[in-house]
Amino acid sequence: MSTYETLANFAQTWGLLYFVLIFAGVLVYALWPSNKDKFDEASHMPLRED
Amino acid sequence: MSMFNKHAVLEKNSILLLVGILIVVAIGGLVEIVPLFYLKSTIEKVQGMRPYTPLELAGRNIYIREGCYLCHSQMIRPMRDEIERYGHYSLAAESMYDHPFQWGSKRTGPDLARVGNKYSDLWHVNHLIDPRSVVPESVMPGYPFLAKAELKVPDISADLKVNRFVGVPYTDEQIANAKADLMAQANPDDDNVDGLEERYPGVVIRDYDGDPDKVTEMDAMVAYLQMLGTLVDFSIYDDKADLR
Amino acid sequence: MAHTIKRLSVEEGLFAVFLTALAFACLAIAAKAVDGVMAFHATVGLIFSALGVFLIFNAYFKRPADVDETGYNLGPIKFASVAAMFWGIAGFLVGDIIAWQLTFPALNFDLEWTSFGRLRPLHTSAVIFAFGGNVLLATSFYVVQRTCHARLPGRVSPWFIILGYNAFIVIAGTGYLFGATQGKEYAEPEWYADLWLTIVWVAYLLVFLGTLWKRREPHIYVANWFYLAFIVTIAMLHLGNNISIPVSIYGIKSYQLFSGVQDALVQWWYGHNAVGFFLTAGFLAIMYYFIPKRADRPVYSYRLSIVHFWALIFLYIWAGPHHLHYTALPDWAQTLGMTFSIILWMPSWGGMINGLMTLSGAWDKLRTDPVLRMMVVSVAFYGMSTFEGPLMSVKAVNSLSHYTDWTIGHVHSGALGWVGYISFGALYCLIPWLWNRKKLYSDRLVEWHFWISTLGIVLYITSMWVSGIMQGLMWRAYDKLGFLEYSFIESVEAMHPFYMIRALGGLLFVLGSLIMAYNLWMTIKVGEKAEVDAADPSLVPAE
Repeated sequence: MSTYETLANFAQTWGLLYFVLIFAGVLVYALWPSNKDKFDEASHMPLRED
Repeated sequence: MSMFNKHAVLEKNSILLLVGILIVVAIGGLVEIVPLFYLKSTIEKVQGMRPYTPLELAGRNIYIREGCYLCHSQMIRPMRDEIERYGHYSLAAESMYDHPFQWGSKRTGPDLARVGNKYSDLWHVNHLIDPRSVVPESVMPGYPFLAKAELKVPDISADLKVNRFVGVPYTDEQIANAKADLMAQANPDDDNVDGLEERYPGVVIRDYDGDPDKVTEMDAMVAYLQMLGTLVDFSIYDDKADLR
Repeated sequence: MAHTIKRLSVEEGLFAVFLTALAFACLAIAAKAVDGVMAFHATVGLIFSALGVFLIFNAYFKRPADVDETGYNLGPIKFASVAAMFWGIAGFLVGDIIAWQLTFPALNFDLEWTSFGRLRPLHTSAVIFAFGGNVLLATSFYVVQRTCHARLPGRVSPWFIILGYNAFIVIAGTGYLFGATQGKEYAEPEWYADLWLTIVWVAYLLVFLGTLWKRREPHIYVANWFYLAFIVTIAMLHLGNNISIPVSIYGIKSYQLFSGVQDALVQWWYGHNAVGFFLTAGFLAIMYYFIPKRADRPVYSYRLSIVHFWALIFLYIWAGPHHLHYTALPDWAQTLGMTFSIILWMPSWGGMINGLMTLSGAWDKLRTDPVLRMMVVSVAFYGMSTFEGPLMSVKAVNSLSHYTDWTIGHVHSGALGWVGYISFGALYCLIPWLWNRKKLYSDRLVEWHFWISTLGIVLYITSMWVSGIMQGLMWRAYDKLGFLEYSFIESVEAMHPFYMIRALGGLLFVLGSLIMAYNLWMTIKVGEKAEVDAADPSLVPAE
């Protein structure tokens, strides 16, 4: 198998998995229930006058 | 003490963010760029490619200096209309000695990848001095100063040396004779023309700007334009062999 | 406190030593320069670094021993805001001049330093790096201080960054006029300017991080995430795309390490992500702070902003090869670039929705606050150009649009509509805050600015759509006998009326920016002072 095909196979399998995992990780972090209060608090940061 | 603890945690957060960003943004570039250096199929095997002669290189530097790449591409795409208009589609091999590449991104004017030998030297000189004297509808700026300016390169052999350092296969002999070669290519009566022809197969030696008194920036510019796309012999190039 | 002994801080001392050494290096280079441009630039470098040393000691001798440095550091932000306005007008003006040059080529005057090829990099760099860059420096220093409740670290560093960055602009800009260029789009500055920018940028990263480290808030606000991604990624791109070997350290000329196809991909990895991280991530940070602040309501969804952030920075970096469709770049790389460009549509629109929906429940403010309206319209333009972009990255569409004015129109819908308007909005907010004014000099002038420049943008992008698509179709048109129907020059001739409309649109945009500059100037000069909140003394700048 050529270098090209080896690389392409790798990208199409492990690459896909890598993307899905990263995306899932971000989603979990963003939607994790216990993070909700922290994010609500953070979203008001620009509005607080010191 | 509690403040101190908290502070340490905070520092950790921003470093975590920094590292996260770095990892995320590094991956895409690495995956796309690195294989280009290792996959052998990236650059085709062709006959005829040679490094630029000193005069052509000087001309190319003027082409870059004047920002020609902002309106002229040097990359013919493999489509019927482009091939009929400009010639065989461009190969990666044809720009393998180009530091930097000049493929361009906009065609306010036509593609120049194969402009070499399409027009006469005189046409180019007139066109560069006053584009509308030969193409009335042209919107190109005039470059009359090229014909007046004597070609000044501080040290052309140093230019060749740096090019060799970044991968262009200039020989010691080419570097040693760079200055003489620069002058000889614009002067067919020069003593050095035989050596120049030997060092750069297929080099065209002419008084490009029609001004025998001096070697001008116009000489360099026209020498560069007239060799663009002329090196590879497409009569023996096999398109099918390099599909990728 | 009165007995405090005045000392030159370590930071001041180090900068003084560094700039002195730099001045001597410049002197040596100027003396041995092999070309005129290097002699000129080394002299400029000498003057600037000497000026820097003078400024350090001048500030030292003038300040009291017990100088109060507890409030926010607003001086450098003020400078960058004014610089942004100045460079903005210059950049828009040069852009319009070159638009007229394409309409009437006699305007090139057949001189070296006024020809299109030298003015065009001046235009792009002036608007992206000089205008956009100063807006980003100003807003990032403002936002990071406010959301961290911490002062920028260092006494000299923030000034070094702002002044050093503008010195880079001067060197790069004058270089273009005199023909110093690497010949890589949006990365034209030669090796010595690149080197200088690297030093300034590292200082920028450290000061930004330093403020984050000093923060008195547990969470890092999402706008700062975008700023940090912008700073870090631009550093990476700048270093990757500017690896060049000078022919001599006494001359301007250098050669790129990479060549041909590799150089092409590195260039568009850089070029596309200069759009992604300079013109998008940085300005999204502005969106995430200034729109909530101005609308007086929190961002629509903080969770969405997190997903937006990671998805955007992850996907953007892959999209570069769509600038090289159908070229000698291997197909696999083109396909990757196209795929990611299309996926990129999603986070882009996620961000747009987040920005727009921040206004939900407060849409009436758009009627009464022209500044907020400008920022909301900018987000709408962002949505439009981030839909157009993925569309143009589809290879079939790109085969028509590439090399034509369609690309120019696309870039300007993003640059004028998105980057321009969000920057204008931010400056309209910042100037009264920085100079402690109750409100802008005139809201009516903001209205005029808004409508005049909107008309300009519409003329610009519609004319470029028409001319671009027409160009693409003319190039591939065949007659009944199967010959190419048009010569190239016929397509050039057909562009003329559209180039005229575009130049008029650009002129309107310039006019709008002049109105803005007048309005901001009058705000600073005669604007009514805001009353200082007694409960909040730290609002008063330390200067």
